[in-house]
Amino acid sequence: MNGADAIIKCLEAEGVTTVFGYPGVAICPFYNSILESEIRTVLIRTEQNAAHAASGMARMTNRPGVCAVTSGPGATNVITGIATAFADSIPLICITGQVNSELLGSDVFQEADITGAVESFVKYSYLVKNANDIPRIFKEAFHIANTGRKGPVLIDIPIDIQNATVSKFKYPESVSLRTYKPTVKGHAVQIKKVIRELEKAKRPIICAGGGVLLSQAEEELRSFAELHRVPVVSTMMGIGVMPTDHPLYFGMVGNNGKPCANRAMNESDLLIMVGARVADRAVSQPDLITRDKVLVHIDVDPAEIGKNAGPTIPLVGDAKHIFSDFAKEEFVCCCDEWLQILEQYRINMMPRRSPNPDFVDPAAFITRLSERMDEKGVYVADVGQNQIWSCGYARVKEGKFLTSGGMGTMGYSIPAAMGAKAAAPDRQVVAVCGDGSFQMSMMELATMRQHDIPVKIVVLKNNYLGMVREYQHYTYKDHYSVVDLSGSPDLEKLADAYGIPFLRLENMKGCDETIGEFLQGDRSVLLECLIDPMDLVK
Amino acid sequence: MKMKTRIYSVLVENRSGVLCKVAGLFSRRCFNIDSLAVGETDDPAVSCMTIVSSGDERTIEQIEKQLNKKLDVIKVKTFSEQQCITRELMLIKVKYNKNNRREILEVCESMNSVEIVDMSKHFMMLQICDAPERVRSLITLLQTISIVEVARTGTLALSKCGENDETK
Repeated sequence: MNGADAIIKCLEAEGVTTVFGYPGVAICPFYNSILESEIRTVLIRTEQNAAHAASGMARMTNRPGVCAVTSGPGATNVITGIATAFADSIPLICITGQVNSELLGSDVFQEADITGAVESFVKYSYLVKNANDIPRIFKEAFHIANTGRKGPVLIDIPIDIQNATVSKFKYPESVSLRTYKPTVKGHAVQIKKVIRELEKAKRPIICAGGGVLLSQAEEELRSFAELHRVPVVSTMMGIGVMPTDHPLYFGMVGNNGKPCANRAMNESDLLIMVGARVADRAVSQPDLITRDKVLVHIDVDPAEIGKNAGPTIPLVGDAKHIFSDFAKEEFVCCCDEWLQILEQYRINMMPRRSPNPDFVDPAAFITRLSERMDEKGVYVADVGQNQIWSCGYARVKEGKFLTSGGMGTMGYSIPAAMGAKAAAPDRQVVAVCGDGSFQMSMMELATMRQHDIPVKIVVLKNNYLGMVREYQHYTYKDHYSVVDLSGSPDLEKLADAYGIPFLRLENMKGCDETIGEFLQGDRSVLLECLIDPMDLVK
Repeated sequence: MKMKTRIYSVLVENRSGVLCKVAGLFSRRCFNIDSLAVGETDDPAVSCMTIVSSGDERTIEQIEKQLNKKLDVIKVKTFSEQQCITRELMLIKVKYNKNNRREILEVCESMNSVEIVDMSKHFMMLQICDAPERVRSLITLLQTISIVEVARTGTLALSKCGENDETK
């Protein structure tokens, strides 16, 4: 057995079903050995998308997604995908080939110091120097990636190590890392303190972030909120923590969020932030969430607590454990009056849009599309105006809402949707992107065809980099610079070139029929919706 | 914001690249490094990094939390300057002649932690091992004479001997 065989054995032991990647000489021993395995390989068309696809897969399976690329440019191309996963705490294992270990440091062909380059975007990284270390390193890497605050782990393996003989393969049953023991169970005293505050509170609210989904605490959080009638809002990464039309859910907070959600958060007297980073887009003024209120901050990463806002009650631990512990506490929380006020805010929320009838109204389209999607369908939003419309108007039922929230990486939706579909072939997966973000990963239409991963794609086409255009509209008084997307391909011809059915929606007439046709069957479809170029998210 | 000085004694895995990861953490998060000293401990698998940093209350807390997040960091201890004994070592080469020789020797005598460790016809090398502020004052005293070159370690620190010190 050589090092590459050992890597495959490790992946099998971890239950890995699919590897997304792109070969090159330095990773060829790995791709040679994987032929002997049941593990599916998917040839992605650019390395960045291998990491995004692995991210989509991880978010469906709650196990680390795996990608494998070659040294040098393969490795550097994957960095954006790694950074995207890091910003959203998505567990990934990224395997990179490396030049012969004796040549390390001599700047030979396709050598890049990838462990050095990704240091600030990975949870941890390894440069394998001895093939016999492979089982231990993989065991540790999967453990590190998927425990505590999850995140990407990179394993760089020189080609000679992949080819070296492994004397004895034994996959370790456990890891022993003296420096890594994440706290998952919340401190009992702190939990009691939170309960005392809930008893006192008149206007409590829970703000759920992506951490709730990562710890699979949706059930616990929902039953806690329902039992005590505590309203819930979410960050962008927390969308899907509860069905969007749940009576206790008041929407996404933040500068692109729902006014009633922001108002609810600001007027609360007890704010329970859970699995959220309190970053600028969700909370533009951290002093507002500490003023006149008790702030409870729950996170598995102690460094997140107090980083952007000083909480009254810090509570380190995993959301699932903590909400299970909350459920054991008996107390009464009376906030019916508060719920009535919030309901009023929701009703009074001004329908701000006056859509141009000559085009598709993205808000109405997204609402109808998501309503028609399967109960457990997966909605993958890209980045740009399309993301804000999706966050504002998509109805998430029992399915998932995936997007790149932390890094805001354009082009995320198509590869991530492919990863999600590969992970859950029986689910309906729809990627919604703009014409800018679509062109950042349209090469993956070939991957979809080649590997039969039937993702449905909506392109909201407005011929602009709409989000930047909108910013230039407000900030530079319509002084547009480098945002015009003229020269974009004819999407009908493009879809035809890839052998993918194409639909076009020019305005709201026939919207429902088109959506019906688009969602019909388990097949890839490209749906182009023409959007008013001057449309704004607000 | 009130700036405070804080000393971090960081036990890390003695592996290649760890110094770079810790130093990179400081630069990426815009934390100051006022001084840094690294050396192996009694256990060859463990190094001790002594980092002197400064910042407001929140920064000082974040530095400790971010250090603890690094997987190569075994333990972080922090103390104020008053809670520990600090030492720095400096070698300093000066040019002397018959006019200033007496003055240099007086400086050495007045600071009893200074030794002459090497000498030639026109140059001498002094060594001081003392608290950082005394090392600084030696430089100030000799600056008026004739410093040729200086090499100094970063600050080393250990918490003062208390009743609760644990043995390993």
